[in-house]
Amino acid sequence: MIPAIVVFIYLATVLYIGIFAFRKASGKKEAEDYFLASRSLGPFVFLFSLFGTNMTAFAILGSSGHAFSNGIVTFGLMASSSALVIPLTIFFIGTRVWALGKKYGFMTPVQMFRDRWECGHIGTAIFVVQAVLLVPYIIIGIMGGGTTLSTISGGRVPYWFGGAIVALVVMGYVFFGGMRGTAWVNTFQTTLFLLFGAIAIVVIGVGMGGFGTATKAMLASPLAPLLTRERISPLYFFSYTFIPLSAIAFPHILIFCLTAEKMNHFKKTVIFYPICILAIWAPCVFLGVMANRVNDVPQIRAKQEARRVLATQGKSMTPEARDELREESAGDDVIILLLQRYAPIWLAGLLGAGIMAAVMASDSQILALSTMFTEDVFAHYGGKRRFGESVQVQTGRIFVVILTLLAYAVALRAPETIFELAIQYAFSGYAALSPLLIAALFWRGSTKWGALAVTLWTAFSVIAVAAYQHAVPAPAPGPPIVSWSMGGMDVLSRTPGGTAVFGFMPVVPMVIISGLLMIVVSMATAKPRAATIRKYFQ
Amino acid sequence: MTRKLFLFVAVLALYVLHQDFWNWRTAYPLVFGFIPIGLFYHAAYAVASALLLWLLVKFAWPAHLEEELEQRDSREDANT
Repeated sequence: MIPAIVVFIYLATVLYIGIFAFRKASGKKEAEDYFLASRSLGPFVFLFSLFGTNMTAFAILGSSGHAFSNGIVTFGLMASSSALVIPLTIFFIGTRVWALGKKYGFMTPVQMFRDRWECGHIGTAIFVVQAVLLVPYIIIGIMGGGTTLSTISGGRVPYWFGGAIVALVVMGYVFFGGMRGTAWVNTFQTTLFLLFGAIAIVVIGVGMGGFGTATKAMLASPLAPLLTRERISPLYFFSYTFIPLSAIAFPHILIFCLTAEKMNHFKKTVIFYPICILAIWAPCVFLGVMANRVNDVPQIRAKQEARRVLATQGKSMTPEARDELREESAGDDVIILLLQRYAPIWLAGLLGAGIMAAVMASDSQILALSTMFTEDVFAHYGGKRRFGESVQVQTGRIFVVILTLLAYAVALRAPETIFELAIQYAFSGYAALSPLLIAALFWRGSTKWGALAVTLWTAFSVIAVAAYQHAVPAPAPGPPIVSWSMGGMDVLSRTPGGTAVFGFMPVVPMVIISGLLMIVVSMATAKPRAATIRKYFQ
Repeated sequence: MTRKLFLFVAVLALYVLHQDFWNWRTAYPLVFGFIPIGLFYHAAYAVASALLLWLLVKFAWPAHLEEELEQRDSREDANT
């Protein structure tokens, strides 16, 4: 119970930070202050909060879980490609959006798109697609909070109560502190996780009798392929370099780019972002792989047994039985199990708080959706003009409460796997939306019809992949199910982990077709007025 | 121009180097006695990314974006 008490103290601290930010915020321009912290974040808070915003439960628990099942490949798939692509997009796109936001007062990406392409309802269509792709994140954050609190307390805190506590805390500091509260909390959380992540790897390493011994023992066992990438195809590995394009297209990341006080603050963020990724992901991935060497934790043994049964008998099972085994073998809680096994009880509590920090990253998504709703819908359709800025901020706060309560209600009823899948689609969907930003900022010839084509294609392709994966259940580990081949080439296949198009993950054709649609449709349609184009290309 | 071309090629080269097929099927050598080469390579890749981004910040920083804003602010100050 001690670790759970430490986590509760941590949650109270986080709530205090958010409310403190609320006090600090009084007396400034209301909407810009609540939603963007008056565009005044300093370099340290900007780096750590932007990084913290992107460091979700998926990044921490998901990465170690993925590494537990797939090995060291996880780092190359998800971390090192992000270490290059995400800061590059912040460098090229984030800085430009920041400057335009400062110049023309934009608070959301859709406001910029509406101005850039002289469109109203097309902006609303972009808002809808962005919002639908963002909601699963919020739900999974609350689910992650409930699961983590329940695991850390050894089941004494029930899932429903843990989820409710996390939802209330996040709602509390987003409601009161807005962007400033969220940024400060994210900075605190990132610092905590960087610090405790380093402690965790030392404690677990010592507990396991040294990583050198563990690695060599693993190499001499049937688990040796987990230390290479031989089970992953190079095309699949390459596909993952497209996923980080999603980061800058996520509204909560782009909105965060608007909060920097000066453009110079981007410099440290861009340079240190890869180092932060290395510091967080490398221990998580390595510990996830090493968890396979732990023989005296019954839950880890049960996962390995489920994985073995799936590999040896999966082909003769029903899809439902395979899905059940996949869930049993998932390693999202292996880090917590390792901490419980090797860390002293007080340290397990502190490290648990660090994990909670990552799980609670849904705060910035809740705030981003609130900002988008109040700016892109409420203000755009006359609410701000009619009722004033104060009502707009209150509407944003009410939206935060309603959204969190709804997410909690869904989190209690729906199975987690549905939303984990939805998040997979969300990454590909946002990556497919990235041509919108590139075209808006770098191509004079882009038009609103090109933007609409990209948006509709993204919505269609995400639904199509989801429908295909629903219609064709995942096969057992081994060769994929080929649904469509042409001239001896596999066009569309259902793999154990998802879908392959010409051997690539769907994100590759989704992004390429998105880019082509932007070019072709824009070339065939009328451009915005010269005066509008001049605003962006002086 | 030459500098920008060099940086463009460097970004492209680093992107291509992500696909380290030569480390695909082996865990050896174990760096520091316990890190498989495939993991160490990508950890080093993250450090190389930080270095490349430092070069971009140093030599290709879009300073004109902030200068335009500063000029506009000073014009507005002068008018008021």
